[in-house]
Amino acid sequence: MRLDPRPRSHPTYVAFLVHRISGLLLALFLPLHFWALSQAINGEAALEGFLRWTDNAVLKAAETMLVVLLAAHLAGGLRVLALEFLGWRSSQKTLVAASAGVSLAAGLLFLLNVV
Amino acid sequence: MSTRGGTHLWVAQRVTAMFLAVAVLVHLATILVAVRGGLSAAEILGRTRGSAAWLAFYAVFALAAGLHGAIGLRGIAAEWLGWRGRGFDAAWLTIGLLTAIFGIYAALGLYAA
Amino acid sequence: MEQGTLRVSVWRGDAAGGAPQFYEVPARANQTVLDVVTHIQREIDPSLAYRFACRVGMCGSCAMEVNGRARWTCRTHVKKVAQDGTLELRPLANLPVIRDLATDMAPFFDKWARARGTFQPKDAPDGAVPAEFHIVPPATPKRQAADAGIECIGCGVCYASCDIVAWNPEYLGPAALNRAWTLVNDVRDGARQERLAVVAGDAGCHACHSTQSCTERCPKGIDPSGAIAGLKRTLFWNVFGVSR
Repeated sequence: MRLDPRPRSHPTYVAFLVHRISGLLLALFLPLHFWALSQAINGEAALEGFLRWTDNAVLKAAETMLVVLLAAHLAGGLRVLALEFLGWRSSQKTLVAASAGVSLAAGLLFLLNVV
Repeated sequence: MSTRGGTHLWVAQRVTAMFLAVAVLVHLATILVAVRGGLSAAEILGRTRGSAAWLAFYAVFALAAGLHGAIGLRGIAAEWLGWRGRGFDAAWLTIGLLTAIFGIYAALGLYAA
Repeated sequence: MEQGTLRVSVWRGDAAGGAPQFYEVPARANQTVLDVVTHIQREIDPSLAYRFACRVGMCGSCAMEVNGRARWTCRTHVKKVAQDGTLELRPLANLPVIRDLATDMAPFFDKWARARGTFQPKDAPDGAVPAEFHIVPPATPKRQAADAGIECIGCGVCYASCDIVAWNPEYLGPAALNRAWTLVNDVRDGARQERLAVVAGDAGCHACHSTQSCTERCPKGIDPSGAIAGLKRTLFWNVFGVSR
């Protein structure tokens, strides 16, 4: 793999990297998420026990990061779909999509912090 | 070079993406509502228990996410690890379906608990 | 008019390997990167290998990596790309090196052939001149889509800038797929379905991840990334039996 950042600094390349890294982490997290939810099979107490176990700063930070990753991957995915299916061409529109994603992610981060 | 397989997996990933675009918005909104005042099992199950609508939503969501993720991992593994060929394709499809089944199983738990 | 000195690092070597070598070249007011390379070859080291022909941005033979980015060197002014009076020149990435700054373009053009980049007249499959002229109004959407990609000079800048080519050696790459999309939109062409079949899948348009490095770097302002998206869109509807 070539690692020279100079030819890879344009916004659309960064959008690709964010999309790929967020997708990779979300795909690896998915089985864990399903495992956690499957605690409900053993009843409400088991699920509640698991949720109380997650009540610490480290896991709250990880959860917030996952929400931001999900929002970022959603925004990046809308960019790809717009390019492929709507024929969007100019990188101007890509920037709009990217900034929308950033603001969405930032907004979610804010909401998660205030409540 | 299995061009046809590549095309169909790509189509599957884009079709699931179109569904996921809507589903993830619903999911994020649900998360934001659910975390107000802290997560509790009673609150989650109060929403999902006995609700056929939520069960259907989460079942389709899990199927789409499982397949979408596995096809994505297939692409990354091909490019960054050189894992290519029919054997790997079959393995990724299996992983995607197993993940989806696991998710549907969890959704059934939230419905029946 | 001389304006000081440029420090130029030039990659010297062959397929077996190589290393940068340093040269000092007089800086001038109006100087292209190709002028700098030519100065080195003519005045300092005649053994330097590089390739050029037209010097006016038509032939597509002088592309190199300039300070980390693929560029057409005949139309690239030194003052636009030099950083603190230095230039770093390397052969194009993603292609085998013949010697110094000259790469072997054969894999690049072989992929054009694999993507069926040759026009196949509808009325005369054997290549003969059709008896009647085709009427193709320039304002039709199909012709405009074909015109958008037709000015490609085959310089290989997009191919050298594409990470997917580096990660997936079978991948046809932006230039070949741009050519295929141009012909898919050419109403006079008779090989549409065969062409769509060979550009589908993991080695074709579906390998693209829209990093848009090709569109970013194309010196002719062509949008190969958009062309690849067009192929994906057409093939998507094809799977469901919809011809667009």
